[in-house]
Amino acid sequence: MPWVPLIIMTILFICAAFAPLLAPHDTNIHIQNNRVPPFQDWSNPLGTDIMGRDMLSRLIFGARTAVFISLMALATGGVVGTVLGLISGYKGGFLDAVIMRTADATLGFPTILVAMIIVVLLGTGIQSIMMAVVLTVWARFARMIRGDVLSVKESDFVTLARMIGVPTRIILWRHILPNTVNTLMVITSILIGQVVLLEAALSFLGLGLPPGAPAWGIMVAEGRTEILTTWWLSLFPGLAITIVILAFNYLGDWLRDTLDPKLRRAR
Amino acid sequence: MTRATDIVGGPSPLADEVILKVEDLRTHFFTRTGVVKAVDGISFELHKGETLGIVGESGSGKSMTAWSILGLVPKPAGRIVGGDIIYQGESLLGKSPAEMRKIRGSGICMVMQDPLTSLNPVFNIGNQIIESLKMDGNLSLRVLRQKAIDLMTNVRIPAPETRLAGFPHQMSGGMRQRVVGAIAISRSPNILIADEPTTSLDATIQLQYLRLLKDIQAESGAAIIFITHDFGIVARMCDRVAVMYAGKMVEQSQVEPLFDDPAHPYTEALLKSVPDLDLDVDLLPSIEGQPPSLDNLPPGCAFAPRCPYVFDKCSEFPPQFVIDAGHTALCWRHDSAT
Repeated sequence: MPWVPLIIMTILFICAAFAPLLAPHDTNIHIQNNRVPPFQDWSNPLGTDIMGRDMLSRLIFGARTAVFISLMALATGGVVGTVLGLISGYKGGFLDAVIMRTADATLGFPTILVAMIIVVLLGTGIQSIMMAVVLTVWARFARMIRGDVLSVKESDFVTLARMIGVPTRIILWRHILPNTVNTLMVITSILIGQVVLLEAALSFLGLGLPPGAPAWGIMVAEGRTEILTTWWLSLFPGLAITIVILAFNYLGDWLRDTLDPKLRRAR
Repeated sequence: MTRATDIVGGPSPLADEVILKVEDLRTHFFTRTGVVKAVDGISFELHKGETLGIVGESGSGKSMTAWSILGLVPKPAGRIVGGDIIYQGESLLGKSPAEMRKIRGSGICMVMQDPLTSLNPVFNIGNQIIESLKMDGNLSLRVLRQKAIDLMTNVRIPAPETRLAGFPHQMSGGMRQRVVGAIAISRSPNILIADEPTTSLDATIQLQYLRLLKDIQAESGAAIIFITHDFGIVARMCDRVAVMYAGKMVEQSQVEPLFDDPAHPYTEALLKSVPDLDLDVDLLPSIEGQPPSLDNLPPGCAFAPRCPYVFDKCSEFPPQFVIDAGHTALCWRHDSAT
């Protein structure tokens, strides 16, 4: 078991779930002492930012933003992609061609570009980030699941189910979907890191949440002009992003190696 | 020339009611390299409670005949291009997918070759038997459970109550094939198609399973189409037998006349290649040459290139000749004119 990534993720999820209880200060309270350096004062262990807000508290609330947006967007994209992948793989033919070519086209666009187009269309805010993530993530799910379906649908137990007259939607739901769970878990864990990064990147560019909101990307952006003097403004949220994404990626790799014996042998 | 179906429909040791009638069935596959005639004009009848053996080597169209009857020809490459399948007086070819779904399982069902892959690895045994039973309408879970246990008892699975919660990987091949059998008979179909159900089982288990099928048939009165390449199984199991070669039924007969006096050279060659314990031979006789490729059949008799009796007439396709009542063959040697 990859203990370090698991511990990091546990801390992340606890922060996200209990942010108001864990954060030592309200993130909206502006203390008189702005730009307090870290590790000098027990009441603000990681210092304060330009507006005098507590860094640690903002980081903890930032975890909540990152986890909430990433999971919601990934779940939506995952469901859409999985359903389309199931249909595409099982039905085949024209429908398959349409869905897969659309997925190809989607994967051809750089994610940030898609996100910028959506922000122009819908304006900034959570819904734009989510939309951008869903639009890029569904295609990966659809592709991988379709591949699985193509092999599972040829298996004898699917034929047996067809033989005893089980309707298609029940075959898909009961016989095919459960046999793609490994793939689902692996893609989810690999993509979640990318989604966290995407959310941070969009916030950094000012395309995501409104300025001042507790999001890691925004915090990095706020500190970047003063990086040489008040270095902690950008460093801590940047570290948080890096550590979380690394943890997710390690976990994803480990899951893939564990759940996919074929890949393991190939290494 | 008399139609094959009129003849083979003759004396049957069991009931006379025709339950399935296949008329000049043609299932072709349209591939990039050409048309593969997997099933090319076969006709036969199946009577209530009877066991029909379909024998032939790999690729002769045995399994595709079964898939055609079930309406599960692999799409989009495969298509039934001609003929008719009449089940209980109604043509199956005009049925909608929903109607076919109702017929599959409750009317016609099939047991496949490989018990190791026929069960879904992520569900327990009870779940999979109950799934089939559920197709018959809403029953309470308790009734369904009891029915599943009864079915498992029927197929001689020991301790069915505990097996119900077990998963496929916890069972042996023989046991799994029994579970598949239980699913196949769960809605008491009139026709059970067994597609080489014993090829992947041990010899001793094979025998048990065949006995079981016979018992099930005796209890339920279902007709069985037994697809195999083993003449030993045919002799043990079947009332009638049809021999397939290159998508055609080259010979149809009651079992005994076929063994005593095969009318088609291919049947004769097949029977010769069955090992006989009483004879001490160094090398088993085998059939020379390769089975023809189905997308490029020679004109005339498809067996001619491998046939020891080949003569000039064989370049034309032979009609169905009647040897005896219920015994037909596609071979010019039975043409009374020559």
